[in-house]
Amino acid sequence: MSAPVKGRPPRVGDAPAFRRALIGVVLTLVAIVIIAPLVIIGYQAFSQGLKVYAEAIAHPDTLHAIGLTVITALIAVPINTAFGVAAAWAITKFDFWGRRFLLVVIEIPFSISPIVAGVAYLFVYGLQGLFGPALESADIKILFALPGIVLASMFVTAPFVARELIPLMQAQGRDLEEAATSLGASGWRTFFFVTLPNIRWALLYGVVLCNARVMGEFGAVSVVSGNIRGQTNTLPLHIELLYHDYQTSGAFAAASILALLAVVTLVAKVLLERHGAGRARRRPALAAPVAAAKTASAEVSS
Amino acid sequence: MARRILPGFPLALGITLVYVSIIVVLPLGALVFKAASLGFEDYWRIVSSPRAVASYRVTALSALGATVFNLVFGMALAWVLVRYRFPGRRFIDALVDLPFALPTAVAGIALTTLFAENGWFGSVLAHAGIKVAYTPLGIMVAMAFTSLPFIVRTVQPVLEDLDPALEEAAQTLGGSDRSIFLRVILPLLTPALLAGLSLSFARSLGEFGAIIFIAGNQPMSTEITALLAFIRLEEYDYQAAAAIASVLLITAFLMLAVTNILQARALRYTARG
Repeated sequence: MSAPVKGRPPRVGDAPAFRRALIGVVLTLVAIVIIAPLVIIGYQAFSQGLKVYAEAIAHPDTLHAIGLTVITALIAVPINTAFGVAAAWAITKFDFWGRRFLLVVIEIPFSISPIVAGVAYLFVYGLQGLFGPALESADIKILFALPGIVLASMFVTAPFVARELIPLMQAQGRDLEEAATSLGASGWRTFFFVTLPNIRWALLYGVVLCNARVMGEFGAVSVVSGNIRGQTNTLPLHIELLYHDYQTSGAFAAASILALLAVVTLVAKVLLERHGAGRARRRPALAAPVAAAKTASAEVSS
Repeated sequence: MARRILPGFPLALGITLVYVSIIVVLPLGALVFKAASLGFEDYWRIVSSPRAVASYRVTALSALGATVFNLVFGMALAWVLVRYRFPGRRFIDALVDLPFALPTAVAGIALTTLFAENGWFGSVLAHAGIKVAYTPLGIMVAMAFTSLPFIVRTVQPVLEDLDPALEEAAQTLGGSDRSIFLRVILPLLTPALLAGLSLSFARSLGEFGAIIFIAGNQPMSTEITALLAFIRLEEYDYQAAAAIASVLLITAFLMLAVTNILQARALRYTARG
């Protein structure tokens, strides 16, 4: 069933027996580690039949959780996208002091435990936090309400759009934009008609990944949401609640929606990668902020 | 050199700085401030308590185990995807990113159901006397799942760009496959492997959602550090939560520094080749 890549002499590891054995072992592990979790979600969700599945999805608390998750994404993703574009424009089109440091700061949320993020937000907006007492007396609710959920989601996904755009825009340079401006185009016109067409696939790629993470975020949101059933429970939190209530089929029914979202995200990812999205990050810069900054400084100095 | 020919610098930088300040710097600053306000003795008492130390141990050891598994499996997976052609290769390639796309809570309940004693894999393993769910082994499974793509995705591009001439030269010199792999290919992959390893390890240290379902969460044995911080919050012990979260934060910064150094080195290595 397997063959070495055509048209080249045999290379290391091309011995048929070794090749077949390695492919066999790897595919078995892929089936166990990656495919089985996906299959069991569908299996458990529909184990009680289609009717129970439909009832579980149509339960008011589940519908509310879906709604809250969608609203959170509708707020967090556009703001995050605007930030990602602004950050990429500032960092790749201009030289300024502290640029490299800014890149590192933008990437920080990527390496921090979501629980730490949640705890940190508590110390800003919670009653024991910096602004908690002031917010309380002004009767503004941030924690255990939608604003807190949105803020925590924005923290965990802050780098998602920026880190797709920065390596790409770095590689594209500034010549086109400079030509457009020198021909009299305004800044916005330059952005929408010169820059945006060049970065649209990478932008969409970042938005898709950002959306998937916002809708699936668990740790950070579970700290700041307060888990109020039917009020501040997003879909991932609702899954936990049902699961610990021993409502297994309900939990898996809710989980199947997020699993479907993950599959759709993967399909979108593959389609966007055909347009070259994701490559600028994967190839030269290996997603390293320091490395990206180094390439940038090398470009500037040459 | 003429600077700032293009418009929009104040606006773009303004948006960036405001966003980064409010969303990233302010909360982390508040956490550090809270932990620092504890005073050294209280802080040390909390972070060196036996329960906290036990949580560091189980978190670090499980992350290590998961990373070693990912090192071997991730590299084999990257190798198979790059070097061989077989039906379904593109499909598997796309599936590698599933652990990043699948919400951690969903992964958590799926893995727990699979590895519980009456589950598809758990029942088979139970016959062999191996218990996975609700043991440190379960934590390892969850960590391995959520951090799998890192090593595959850092090694894959390097493997794709590997110059066949190097292998051919080694072959003409009479090297066996084994020795060419160990002495020619592996050294070239090492920088990427190290970068992937540190990313994978860092992610495992901070993982929460997938683990709490499968871990059992018994203090002193299967309680990870992130969960301990969460539990302290639920007990309204905010000082302890701040102190333990700050340990995770410091570890994350250390890992970030290590990762950046390793990735910069990996980049230099590939750029030269």
